[in-house]
Amino acid sequence: MVKIHERKFVSADPEKCVGCQVCEYACSFTKEKAFNPLKSRIRVVRVNQLANMAVTCRLCEDPACVAACPRDALSQSTDTGNIVLDKDKCNGCGWCIEACDYGAIMLHPETKVVYVCDMCKEKPEGPQCVKWCPEEALTVVTSDVLAQKARLGAIKKLFQESKEKK
Amino acid sequence: MLGYAGKILNVDLTTGKVHVEKLTEETAKKYIGGIGLGMKLYLSNSKAGVDPLSPENPLVLALGPVSGTMFPTGGNGHAFISKSPATNGVGEAVSHGTFGAELKRAGYDAVILTGKAEKPVYLWIDDDSVQLLDASQVWGKSPSETEDAIKTELGDYYVRVASIGLAGEKQSKIACIINDKTRAAGRTGLGAVMGSKNLKAIAVRGTHDIIVAKPEEFMEMVKEFHERMKGPAAQKYRTLGTPENLMIQNALYCMPTRNYNNAHFDNAEKVSGEALNERYIAKIIACNSCAMRCEHEAVIRDGPYKGTMARMEYDNLWALGPNCGVDKLDAIIKAAELCNYYGLDAQSAGVTVSFVMDCHEKGILTHEDLGGIDAHFGNADALIQLIEKIGNREGIGNMLADGVKAAAEKIGKNSAVLAQQIKGLEVTGYDLRCLKTAALGFAVSFRGADHNRSGAYAIDLKGKVDRLKAEKGRGKLVKDSEDLYALIDSLIICKNAKGTLYKEAADMAKLYSLVTGADMTAEELSLAGERIINLAKLINLREGLTREDDTLPWKVMNQPIPDDGPAKGAVVTEDELDLLLDDYYQARGWSVEGVPSKAKLQELGLEEFSKIIKEA
Repeated sequence: MVKIHERKFVSADPEKCVGCQVCEYACSFTKEKAFNPLKSRIRVVRVNQLANMAVTCRLCEDPACVAACPRDALSQSTDTGNIVLDKDKCNGCGWCIEACDYGAIMLHPETKVVYVCDMCKEKPEGPQCVKWCPEEALTVVTSDVLAQKARLGAIKKLFQESKEKK
Repeated sequence: MLGYAGKILNVDLTTGKVHVEKLTEETAKKYIGGIGLGMKLYLSNSKAGVDPLSPENPLVLALGPVSGTMFPTGGNGHAFISKSPATNGVGEAVSHGTFGAELKRAGYDAVILTGKAEKPVYLWIDDDSVQLLDASQVWGKSPSETEDAIKTELGDYYVRVASIGLAGEKQSKIACIINDKTRAAGRTGLGAVMGSKNLKAIAVRGTHDIIVAKPEEFMEMVKEFHERMKGPAAQKYRTLGTPENLMIQNALYCMPTRNYNNAHFDNAEKVSGEALNERYIAKIIACNSCAMRCEHEAVIRDGPYKGTMARMEYDNLWALGPNCGVDKLDAIIKAAELCNYYGLDAQSAGVTVSFVMDCHEKGILTHEDLGGIDAHFGNADALIQLIEKIGNREGIGNMLADGVKAAAEKIGKNSAVLAQQIKGLEVTGYDLRCLKTAALGFAVSFRGADHNRSGAYAIDLKGKVDRLKAEKGRGKLVKDSEDLYALIDSLIICKNAKGTLYKEAADMAKLYSLVTGADMTAEELSLAGERIINLAKLINLREGLTREDDTLPWKVMNQPIPDDGPAKGAVVTEDELDLLLDDYYQARGWSVEGVPSKAKLQELGLEEFSKIIKEA
């Protein structure tokens, strides 16, 4: 059983993300040999010009998508934490899509079953979106790493501010 | 052949009828795409002498073979082409963002819009399903509001929209077409053409795959360009962006200031790219597929313009700032936002305001004429008031909304000498008196005064030639640069990325071959560039433009730069202009009147249009 702090997923830094959608193209090309955002496992959201962020599966602990599937088509790999689909069981009902708070699991336009990031498990160098992101806004992280980054940022800011006050 | 969808969508707005025709491989390879393909489709689908704002004038929307792919900056462009209401010659404007890629995925290389809808409509292209929908609820709204409203109505957040604002609806000849909220097909007044058709917006959803002929090699090339875009060729765009030009050009005394009364702005530091970045730039974002973000978003967080947000480039910064003598950055940003709100070409709008200020200071337009606006150079409030009047076509704005040439004709009193325009299109931020290669480039530019039809200004600015001198040889330089720029706008690649095309045509030929699978050499592609320029010339000849139209604004030829500095006294004389034009026409293989010979048309495979030159 994977412990939660070892579970790796792709996370975008909203400060660095510029909304270029290169990740979408890298993903759809890797997975489907075509350029098509509708077939990408990572999607970019531009709320307005200032708010850009790419979103993909966060490999949740106790994932809502798995819990929501009435046909037991979804499971979570105990080795990697990846969400795994049994294509034969999925009928494309979309309950998992509704359950996911991040919009990270989607209905495939052609296969009509759901699809989700698998961390490019077949690629030794890991997720291709991370490799291609021109802004280095995407990283493979664990929850622990995210917490570390947040702590470091907060403390740096604190010391910077106290320095400026002097 | 891959790269192309192979389909052209025809929409008759009068009848609502839609039909799809095939794009032949021959046409595709010959005219590449973008402005090249668009102008070809325009020429073949229009009649000579058509009124640009009549239902009979087609508006063409065209993509390139690279659109929709992952090639950085290449995947995201689209071009609008028509007869320009500003110039009465060929009008075209390219924009980037996400719109073009979506249209390619919907399965089209081009859309030809003809006729006029009875009531305001918007075109909804949902792959194969094409409909005209009621636009009454968005009529009067800004492009940004229109985009949001259409997405809500269609219930799809990822629908992409290009639309006009109030200026386009009211057929202002300086109206643009805006997509993705901040990106504009800005020049030559094509927003008015769209407005004349009662077409408020084009909304697109495309779901098809885009595949390229040689995926592995293509991805290697993409990788190579990602690397180039991390290097010096893109450094400027990632940091200060095009506003970097402001201090550089000011130092060279080639920044038109106060409507060309000066070539240097004493308060430049207050409105520099540096000041902009330090105080207002909140985020730099990128278009679809780009690897060298450049779009600088300025946000005003306090003061009278609190809450303002606009994309800033050198072009709108110059036009609304130093060109109007305005040194208040927040007011310039506000004016830029208003241009986006109304859907005005910010460059033409800025030059129109500076023209009014010049007229006012010279007593041609009085306080009363201006409805009480105190239009002195440097008055930021007047700048904003005038943009609002123009956007609404209200009061004096009604006369100004068609740009400076039309305004000067109405005002009379010799105000035409203050109208900074060529062929009816307002100038951009390069003082042509001391940039003589650029002066030639602007004079011959088929769409009128503009720095985006050739890189002639860069030849001067980079010191490759003596910028103060008019001499033989410049014609060839301008020709080669024009051909290259025509290709960039046909493929379509972003001009901000031209520095990453180390081998220019050879890089583009390789890209073309990898995407389409058709063999294309640098020579063939360069010839296509020349073909596209000649095609544009043919449209202009058909519409009655002559050598007399390849000219310069009065001030450029009659009012030498007064400022002490490296360009003092610079002016382009009539003899110099003649020398430059003769040299350019010769380099093009055109007659002294600027008409391509039959042999030239044959060489370029343009024989089908040779009857135009007989008539001319």
